[in-house]
Amino acid sequence: MRFAIPLVVLALLVGLFMIGLRRDPHLVPSPLIGKAAPAFDLPTLDGKRPRMTDADLRGAPVLVNFFASWCAGCQEEHAYLMQLAQNGQARLLGIDYKDAESDLRPWLTRRGNPYGVILTDLEGKAGIDWGVYGVPETFVLDAKGTVIYKQIGPMTPEIWQHDIQPLLRSAT
Amino acid sequence: MIPELGHFAVILALGVALLQAAVPLLGWRRHDARLMSFAASAAQGQFLCVAAAYACLTYAFVSKDFSVAYVAENDHSQLPLIYRITAVWGAHEGSLLLWVLILSAWSLAVSVFNRRLPLEMSALVLSVLGMISTGFYLFILLTSNPFTRLVPAPAEGRDLNPILQDPGLAVHPPMLYMGYVGFSVAFSFAIAALIGGRLDAAWARWTRPWTTTAWMFLTMGITLGSWWAYKELGWGGWWFWDPVENASFMPWLAGTALIHSLAVTEKRGLLKSWTVLLAIIAFSLSLLGTFLVRSGVLVSVHAFASDPSRGMFILGFMVVVVGGALSLYAWRAPRLSSDGELRLFSREGLLLFNNVFLAAAAAAVLFGTLYPLVLDATGLGKVSVGPPYFNPVFLPLVTPLIFLVGLAAAVPWKRGDWKETVRRLRWPALAALVFGGALPFTLYGRSTPLASAGALLGLWAMFAAVQDVWRRVRAKPDLGSGLAAVPRAAWGMTLAHVGLGVWALGVSGVVSFGDEHDVRLARGTTTELGGYTFRFDGAGESQGPNYTAQEGTVTVTHGDRPVAVLHPQKRLYPSQGTVMTQSSIDIGLLRDLYVSLGDSFDDGSWSLRVYYKPLVRMIWLGGVLMFFGGMLAVSDRRYRLARAAERRAAEALEGAAA
Repeated sequence: MRFAIPLVVLALLVGLFMIGLRRDPHLVPSPLIGKAAPAFDLPTLDGKRPRMTDADLRGAPVLVNFFASWCAGCQEEHAYLMQLAQNGQARLLGIDYKDAESDLRPWLTRRGNPYGVILTDLEGKAGIDWGVYGVPETFVLDAKGTVIYKQIGPMTPEIWQHDIQPLLRSAT
Repeated sequence: MIPELGHFAVILALGVALLQAAVPLLGWRRHDARLMSFAASAAQGQFLCVAAAYACLTYAFVSKDFSVAYVAENDHSQLPLIYRITAVWGAHEGSLLLWVLILSAWSLAVSVFNRRLPLEMSALVLSVLGMISTGFYLFILLTSNPFTRLVPAPAEGRDLNPILQDPGLAVHPPMLYMGYVGFSVAFSFAIAALIGGRLDAAWARWTRPWTTTAWMFLTMGITLGSWWAYKELGWGGWWFWDPVENASFMPWLAGTALIHSLAVTEKRGLLKSWTVLLAIIAFSLSLLGTFLVRSGVLVSVHAFASDPSRGMFILGFMVVVVGGALSLYAWRAPRLSSDGELRLFSREGLLLFNNVFLAAAAAAVLFGTLYPLVLDATGLGKVSVGPPYFNPVFLPLVTPLIFLVGLAAAVPWKRGDWKETVRRLRWPALAALVFGGALPFTLYGRSTPLASAGALLGLWAMFAAVQDVWRRVRAKPDLGSGLAAVPRAAWGMTLAHVGLGVWALGVSGVVSFGDEHDVRLARGTTTELGGYTFRFDGAGESQGPNYTAQEGTVTVTHGDRPVAVLHPQKRLYPSQGTVMTQSSIDIGLLRDLYVSLGDSFDDGSWSLRVYYKPLVRMIWLGGVLMFFGGMLAVSDRRYRLARAAERRAAEALEGAAA
C-alpha cells in the first residue's frame, strides 16, 4: 500500500494545478472593491470649478482613469477611451498622475480629450490613497460612489464588453 | 521553403519516435531480437530528423527570415550573429525544439553506449525514451510550432529580449536542458527495471554514469543561471527563490539524492525501490519545472510567454508519464527485495540520512513554490513566498547535510566503527575548527554565528574529502603509485565535496559580510564601502551594435592604491523600447566590487548602487568544481572495464552460438 502513496500525492498536485490553470496569477484584487472610493480633493484642469472632491462623483456611474502624458500604456488605450466618450457609453474622469501641466496640454491637444473632467494629482498623493502602482489604471464606480471594478493596464474593448458593461448593467 | 522542411522534419521525427516507442516493446513481449534491435536505429533516425529541423530554424534566424512568426518575434536585422544563433532558444517554441533535440541526443547516446547491454534492457530503455519524445513532438506540433508563417511578413523583427542578449544566457538554457532532459534516461532505466523486473547491481552500474552526467549538466546550468542573474539583473543577488529557479533546483536535489542512493544500490543491493522512486521523481520534477515555466500558473521574473492551452497539454502529459510511472511503481515495486539489512552507522546508513535531508529539502522547496497556488486555489488570497520562508527552512537542512558529507566518506560500507571513525577524522575536524574559527577574523576582523558556522562546515567538507584521498594514497608505498591507485570516481567525489565546501564558504561569506549602498553622486564625489572608495567620474553616451547607452565611469581605490575603473551602463534597446542596466563588476576571488547605474538627475548627478560582495565567486566556483567532479566520476575506468567485460561476454556468447 505504501508504494501507492506517490500516486496519491501526484493526484493531489494535479488537482491543484487544474484549479491553478483557471486562475490568472497576475490579477491582484484591489482591496477597494466593494468599498466607497477614497476621499480626495484635487484641483481641476480648466474645469468650471477649481477643485473637485469624491462627493461630486456620485449620482451616476463613472470611470476614474489614472493616466499621464509620459506613459506608453495610456497612449495605447487613448483611442479606445475617445471612442467610449464619443459614443456616450461612459462618463470619464481623468486623474493626471505624477505629470506636468506643460507636458499634459500638448498631449491632449494632439490626441484629443476623452475626459469630462481632468483632475491633476501632480505629486501622486491621491494615487497612494487609491492604491495606484502604475498607470494606466481605471476604477469603475457605481452611482453611489462604490468601487466595483479595477482595471490595471490599458482599457481594451474585450475588458469593457466582457467585464465592465455587465457589472454596470447589474449595478443600475 | 526551408521552414516547411523543418516543419516536415518534426512530423517525421514524431513518426520515428512512435515507432521507437512501440516496436521494441512489441519485440520485448514476443522475445523477438530483430524488433528489439530496431530501437537503436530508430533513435539514430529520430536524431537526424530533429537535428535537421533545428538546423532549419537556425537557418531562418541567421538569414533573418521574418516571414516565420517565431523569427519575427525574436530576431532583428541589427542583432549580432552570435545572438541570432542563440535567439533560436530565446522563447518558448524554439526552446522546446532545443529540448527535443537534446532529448534525442540523449537517446542517440543511449543507443550507442548501450550496445553491450542486454538487448531487453536497452530496447525497453529506448522505448520509454521514444514515448517521452512522442509527447514532446505532439506538444510542439499541436501548440507551439516554431515554423508557422506570418502573412504578410513584417519588414523588421521585434528583436530578442534584451535581457537574453548576454553570453551567460547563450549557454545557460542548453546546459539546464541537458540536465533536465538527462534525467529522462535514469527515468527510462527505472521504468525498464520495473517492466522487466531486473533490478540488480548491474542495473545500478548502468544507470549511474547517465545520472551523474545529467546531474553535472544541471549543476552547471544552475550555476550559470545564478551567475547570469547576478551580473545581468543588476540587483547583485545570486539566488532569488523564484519559482523558475526552484523548478531547476528541485530536480537537482532529487538527482543528488539519486546519485547517492544508486551508490548504495550498486554496492549493497539495498534501497532498491527508493532508488527507482527517486529516478521517477527526478524526471517528474523536471517535467513539473517545464509545466510551471510554460503554463503561467505562477508569477515569475522569468517572463516566458504563457498560454493556458500549453499548460493544459503539459499537465495532461505529466499525468500520463508520471501517473503511468507511479502506477507501475505501485504495482511492481513491492517485489523488489533488498539483499541484506541496513545498519544506521555504516556508509549506506549515512547515505540514507543524506537522502532523507535532500528529499526533505526538495519537498520544502516544492511546498514553498506551490504554497501561493494552494492559497489561490482555496480562495485564501494571493501571496508570494520568498527568502523569509526558504532561508530559515533551508539552513537546518543543509547544515547536517554538510556535516554528513565529511563523515560518510570515512565510514566503511556495511558496518562502521565509532572509534575508528573518530580516529580517522580527528585531524580534519581539528583543522576545520581552528581554521574555520580563524578565517572570518583573518579576512574581515570580525565574525557572525553564520560566518563561523559556514567557514567551519565548509572547511570540514573540504578537509574530510581531501583526507579520504590521502588515506588511499598512504596505503601505497610511494606517492606516485598511491596517486595512481586512487580511482577517478574517488577523485570525482572528492572534487564535488570540496566544491560543496567552497560553496558553503561563499554563501556564508557573502551573506554575513556583503554590503551595499544606494547613493546619489555628483561628478567627482565619492562613497566608501567595505574599505574601498568609489569615485564617480561622470557619465557619457556610448553606442552598441543594437543599443545606445549611458555609460558611467567609477574609479575604485583602496587607500592610495588604484583598484579598478568600472563602466556601468544603462542601455536603451530601441527595437523593443527596453531599458536594461548593465552592471560593471571588478572580479576577485575574495571579493567582487559591483556598481550599477540608476537614474540621472537634472544637475548631472546619478543614483548608483554599489555592492561589496565578499567570496561571492566561491558560490559559482563550488558549482564548477561539482561539475568537474561529476565529469571525473563518469570517466572512471570501472565503467569502461565493465563495458569491455560485457562486450567480451557477449562476443563469447555469439561465438558459441555460431
